[in-house]
Amino acid sequence: MSVLTEAPVDLTPSQSDDRTDSQLLEVSMGPQHPSTHGVFRMDVALDGERVVKLKPVFGYLHRNHEKIAETESYLGCMPYTDRLDYICSITNNWAYALAVEKLAGIQVPERAEYLRVITGELTRLQNHAGLVGFLMQDMGASGTPLMYAFREREKILDLFEALTGARMMCNYMRFGGCRVDAPAGWLQQAQKVIDAFPRFLDEFERLLVSNEILMARTQGVGVVSREQAVNAGISGPMARASGVNYDLRKVDKYGIYDRFSFRVPLGENGDVYDRYMLRVLEMRESVEILKQAMRDVPSGPIMDPNTKTRGFRPKAGEAYGRIEGPKGELGFYLISDGSSNPYRFRVRPPSLINLTLLEDMCLGQNVADIVIILGSVDIVLGEVDR
Amino acid sequence: MIGEGILKGLAETARNFFGSYVNKDRLTTVQFPEERLPQIEATRDFPFLVYDGTDWQQGLRCVSCQICEKECPPKCIYIEKSKDKKPDATGKPQSYPTTFNIDISVCMSCQICVEVCPFDAIKMDVAFELSTDDRFGGLLLNREQLAKSNEYYNKIHPTEAAAVDAAFAEERAKAEAKARQAAEAKAAAAAQTLTPGAGETTRVQ
Repeated sequence: MSVLTEAPVDLTPSQSDDRTDSQLLEVSMGPQHPSTHGVFRMDVALDGERVVKLKPVFGYLHRNHEKIAETESYLGCMPYTDRLDYICSITNNWAYALAVEKLAGIQVPERAEYLRVITGELTRLQNHAGLVGFLMQDMGASGTPLMYAFREREKILDLFEALTGARMMCNYMRFGGCRVDAPAGWLQQAQKVIDAFPRFLDEFERLLVSNEILMARTQGVGVVSREQAVNAGISGPMARASGVNYDLRKVDKYGIYDRFSFRVPLGENGDVYDRYMLRVLEMRESVEILKQAMRDVPSGPIMDPNTKTRGFRPKAGEAYGRIEGPKGELGFYLISDGSSNPYRFRVRPPSLINLTLLEDMCLGQNVADIVIILGSVDIVLGEVDR
Repeated sequence: MIGEGILKGLAETARNFFGSYVNKDRLTTVQFPEERLPQIEATRDFPFLVYDGTDWQQGLRCVSCQICEKECPPKCIYIEKSKDKKPDATGKPQSYPTTFNIDISVCMSCQICVEVCPFDAIKMDVAFELSTDDRFGGLLLNREQLAKSNEYYNKIHPTEAAAVDAAFAEERAKAEAKARQAAEAKAAAAAQTLTPGAGETTRVQ
């Protein structure tokens, strides 16, 4: 989307409008503080309360990730992937590690696969918990639901800190395994958090699911049809809320996901309420996966012994590794020319591609609905702008 | 009935509010500067240099191989290698860094320098109260500011440091055994040179 070449919003009223004295109002929404939904701006043209045009403007958080990666070693790119979608660094690591493992043909030991699933699903839990909290915040339920969600998220971040050393910038996966093994007592601690998590979900559902204001604000707002979802190439909870049965954990069965039994929740209407409920249901399924993974986790090595940390040079070729991130299909496309840094490094960010439908969702809606529609897309600008 | 869902939600809020007086799980706030959470062992923020013994200039483990400088993704490490050599922990003569700067305003705490260091010389610190009013000089740490003792390392990361110390002790024992063997061989050779004929052949060999 070329921001610079696009003509400014036309403020003359449309001919079909019978009120000749009316004029469209252009409102610039954002950019807001990065801790909300990120430094993202929307140029909105309004006819009264109604949105008639919306132009997303992004790039404020551009950090040249893909080009920097071409000058870094394969290992050196790993901490940069943390900073793509800074809410879920572990799944970013996983997608990148998967791409490099495909490129170099590396096998991952059993225990590392289990640790990846456990940390990955915990990441999904904390991402969705944070998202539903923020969505309520956007809707005006200031504070309470967000704080409840963050209280749970904090427990998972503590687990990440005990395992990887950092709460958000975990830098945990390595090609052919994971960086460190779970310290003594970590799995028991994680088990406690996982066992307590459904209680939070029950509480959250009692708190808001049958709330009349929530339903009035979200049902029938920002509808994405099944066809639209497929045509726009959106993925993850956004697509599933519109009824597209596409979950890479089932489709690709990457890692060891074929060993777990879980259901893929699907929405019917594709509105904000469906997208919200879908996240709550997905958290329940993630808890199921986690329970199975915690039960089966074997002991053994966590790194492939044949993979070097330093001086890693995969043979020339290309690979695309993708996973079902909490926000959608997160893919890394790598081209290697046999040297120690990638020749081309391309990220397929689910946030950006899910965001392409923003105007279609917002047209004809009220101004206040833009905020919750944007909130329900679940974007992180670190990933949109890269 | 309209409003039922809202009342249900409010009941949940009330449960949390009153529950916070009896249940510690519901009251998660920590009054930070006065109260502190216990340190999690794996925590990392910025790197520091480990030294053995009491004198940091003597005991610095770093041999300025410059691997961390090359591998650091944001290139925040700057090292200058010494011209002369001094004995390291196992007694081998090694170079040392005459300059070792880390710009912690650039550092992204990724721990790759720690992973690639073959000498266990650079480790991650846990000190997080680092605010300064000098954004250039205050955040550029030099050799002296970075050097911290092995005891400090043992205090902040006990499990990890114990493993490192054990590996060092093993290496030192090996080096000592080797030195003893070499000394014995030398002594044996010296004993042989005392008998003239045998000494000749040793020299020829």
